[in-house]
Amino acid sequence: MLDSLRRIIALTRKELLAILKDPRSRATLFVPPIVQCLIFGYAATLDLNNARYAVIDQDRSAASSELLARFASVKIFKREAVLDNASQAADLINSRRVLLVLQIPQDFERRLQAGEIAPVQVIADGRNSNTAGTALAYVNQIVAEFNADWRAAHGRAAMGDRPILRAWYNPNLETRWNMIPALIGTLSMLQTMMLTALSVAREREQGTFDQLQVTPLRPEEIIAGKTLPSMLIGAVQATNVLLVAQLWFQIPFQGSFLVLYAGLIFFLLAAVGLGLFVSSIAQTMQQAMLYTFIVMMPFILLSGLNTPISSMPVVLQDFTLINPLRYAIDISHRVYLEGAGLDRLFDDLWPLALIGVGTLAGASWVFERRLG
Amino acid sequence: MSDHAAFAARLRRILALMRKEGFQVVRDPSSFAIGIVLPVILILLYGYGLSLDVKHVPVALVAEQPSPDTTELQAGFLLSPYFDVRAVTSSAQAQELMLERKVDGLIYLRESYGRDTRAGGAPVQIIVHGTDANRARIIQAYAQAALAQSRSRNVVSGAQGGGQATVESRVWFNDANDSHYFLVPGLVVLIMTLIGATLTAMVMSREWERGTLEALFVTPVQASEILVGKLVPYFLLGMVGLVLCVLSSRFLFHVPLRGSLLTLCITSMLYLLVTLGMGLFISSTLKSQFLASQVTQLVTLLPATMLSGFIYDLRSVPLVIQAISMALPARYFVSLLQTIFLAGDVWSVILPNALMLGVFACLFLVMTRRVIRKTLG
Repeated sequence: MLDSLRRIIALTRKELLAILKDPRSRATLFVPPIVQCLIFGYAATLDLNNARYAVIDQDRSAASSELLARFASVKIFKREAVLDNASQAADLINSRRVLLVLQIPQDFERRLQAGEIAPVQVIADGRNSNTAGTALAYVNQIVAEFNADWRAAHGRAAMGDRPILRAWYNPNLETRWNMIPALIGTLSMLQTMMLTALSVAREREQGTFDQLQVTPLRPEEIIAGKTLPSMLIGAVQATNVLLVAQLWFQIPFQGSFLVLYAGLIFFLLAAVGLGLFVSSIAQTMQQAMLYTFIVMMPFILLSGLNTPISSMPVVLQDFTLINPLRYAIDISHRVYLEGAGLDRLFDDLWPLALIGVGTLAGASWVFERRLG
Repeated sequence: MSDHAAFAARLRRILALMRKEGFQVVRDPSSFAIGIVLPVILILLYGYGLSLDVKHVPVALVAEQPSPDTTELQAGFLLSPYFDVRAVTSSAQAQELMLERKVDGLIYLRESYGRDTRAGGAPVQIIVHGTDANRARIIQAYAQAALAQSRSRNVVSGAQGGGQATVESRVWFNDANDSHYFLVPGLVVLIMTLIGATLTAMVMSREWERGTLEALFVTPVQASEILVGKLVPYFLLGMVGLVLCVLSSRFLFHVPLRGSLLTLCITSMLYLLVTLGMGLFISSTLKSQFLASQVTQLVTLLPATMLSGFIYDLRSVPLVIQAISMALPARYFVSLLQTIFLAGDVWSVILPNALMLGVFACLFLVMTRRVIRKTLG
């Protein structure tokens, strides 16, 4: 038992040395997660900013200028042009110069005073339907506020029930609060899987894998010696992302670090297990890399990182159940933003353990058969 | 030797290199997997799987004192296709549902709701689970709309009109406001980026590692001939993937193609050259398969997802990030495809973006040639 442990540690040391001795590969392992986290923290936003719009005010009344003043006072909207007629609008939208065109028809104020419905026409560029939808939601909100104030000022009856909006766990609804904790798992998974897959493939290509066989190392010790270094590197990468989240973006951490790291261990085990499994099938480094990509792509895009899992068709929602990243993102959100304890993470932890043990067992089975 | 004969010899050398590379592609199942199987899997998985559309959101309506008024409000939410509403009577129960993530939002009605709403309007708290901020904001908007709807019913029945402004919106290029329309063109970009760069990322570094590139140097083959010989087979393989992508976006996901097929083809081929060139450049510069694969992954996968405008609108990001994204070819191709598919041949968008792709393609290929030649000398 003790001997076995010593052999595993020796192999782990050798692996770490092999990975870290080259300064270029050291740099590719530790610098990119930090840089990516910084860039994506700013880039990956579904929040609306700098939404340019054009105005066609055919009414030129007190009411229409009051409505337009409201748009001018909202920071996310930027007025790009004032047009005389609707025919100019098409060109501005086609060439992507504006996102929205607001048109206030001639009888806007008259209709309001007559107690009728006064429509405001809005054209949105739907090439990015999410941006268009968010912008329209803001337009609706601004118009609703306009209505409430206009009615109050003109002595009309109030509008009925008024909504009061609150958001839990992310009070200002910033995409970044969602994105950065999710990157803890994502960024560490990307490279650890590839690292593991390539480390075995490289030994194969260079023939040193056969040499390992004639050492006293047993197959499960080789597996352990390949798993541990990758997990360690993954944990360091995750820590770096966590530090950026805390020190740079200053997203408040609600939970306990102990719980987060416990979850990370399970996740890294599953990710490295997958990497080893891929490498057990691959013959060359090229294949190991390509297969890793093939496995990782669906896992990243169907993890809930970019689009919510609940918006997927049921079949694909079921598919995400074998995706370790899905659980990792859930764990980091729950611990980071909601302050969940281990008791609430149980549903995430056991699938990860299952994936980890399953893939590692599969990999060692394939290795043994290849050798035998 | 005459010019003509020199050209013939040159062509023969390139063809021989292409044949050798072609054999390697055909014999290695992983190249085929990337070139043909991966695009099919990805376009199916993502085409169906990626969606930002929010429907059937589970919400809880918390009414501490259920009454006909609260039931009426609940009916407004039941009618909305966006919500699956369930009624609860205690806020403790509602909080537990939020913590368990069984619901994504709470509609909270105070005890005095019935009285207040009759008196002209009651406050209604709409609480959303904010972890997924975008989804939360969409839920807020839908909840407000559902509330407004039940409210306008009340206003009409109360027969106390009083003018109000309403928004009549039209979403151009995407009338149904279906997120597939903009995600699928972006998906094509992502897939082409991966295919192009990963196919070639190891091609040169493998030859370095195995020493076969040095063997090539003693033959009459020139650097540019090696480049062309490597490029053409993978270009053809990439084209197969591209055709599959375009066909499935048109016929499987019914994304309209409003621009011309010719523009689509030319710009896509240009982009394929860019990504293949990028892979070749990385692998010939780094000379190590391990490093080449890590770097390729770093410059393709996440940047093409996060910084290309594929999902996250680049118009909303800070200026620094916009500047960084300009160094990534993917953003120009996303802009091109979204316009060619959804808006048509808008030359004011197509020409500058296509020009940038051309610049990138030349840049990568010229640099690769220099790297190969320099080592020759």
